[in-house]
Amino acid sequence: MLLLRYRGSEGMVAWAFHRISGIAIWLFVLLHVLDIYLAGGNPNVYDDILKFYASTPGRIMEVLLGAALLYHGLNGLRIMAMDFWPRLTAYHKQIWYANWVIFIGVGLPGAFVIMKPAFGW
Amino acid sequence: MALYSRSGRPKPQSGGFELAAWYFMRLSGVALFFLAFAHFSLEHFLFDPSQESATWIFNQRWNSLFWRSFDWLLLMMVVLHAFLGMRTVTMDYLKGGKRTFALTALYLVGAVVFVMGTVVVLSVPLTMPS
Repeated sequence: MLLLRYRGSEGMVAWAFHRISGIAIWLFVLLHVLDIYLAGGNPNVYDDILKFYASTPGRIMEVLLGAALLYHGLNGLRIMAMDFWPRLTAYHKQIWYANWVIFIGVGLPGAFVIMKPAFGW
Repeated sequence: MALYSRSGRPKPQSGGFELAAWYFMRLSGVALFFLAFAHFSLEHFLFDPSQESATWIFNQRWNSLFWRSFDWLLLMMVVLHAFLGMRTVTMDYLKGGKRTFALTALYLVGAVVFVMGTVVVLSVPLTMPS
């Protein structure tokens, strides 16, 4: 995979994921402001959009959105920590792996709760 | 201070707008860490999209000055953070006339998103809990 081969190390993958998740969240913000605008402007259309959010494909996309938010947020805190305490840069890989531990620890239960209704639980 | 951060954008040495934007990305980032996760948790963990509708927003979700202000603060932070971030991305990949065009379009979309979000937060009547 190009992403892993070019310069290859954690720092670059962390950067690429940060950029990809950031653009994805930006796209969702555009959609979300449009849909919430319709809640006031055309409530029937809004309710139809909400039905998609509650459907199985909608829930899968919400899990992906949550994953993008969680990664971007955790990695953002990591960047800030290194920006303001430059000595932490020496441990940038370790902090990135710690991020993934939190990501899995918070993300898996979160994904479970979001997906539950899709399985009728 | 480190001139170079391994993952983040290096701190601009020029000062002025670029330095202010660099600090703002970090400050709004911390704010968004709490605002966005609270908002996401509210819609997906405390409630579920299957319970949510326009009526639910008017009668429950936004039937509170606090949550309306909260969501508007989130809107403000996310618009500034996301569009400044997209500005950095645009400037990384485009130059010259294409850059000017893309940035102008980006700022216009940002202004429209901010106005649309603000209009809906302000225009839905606030009903007092009975």
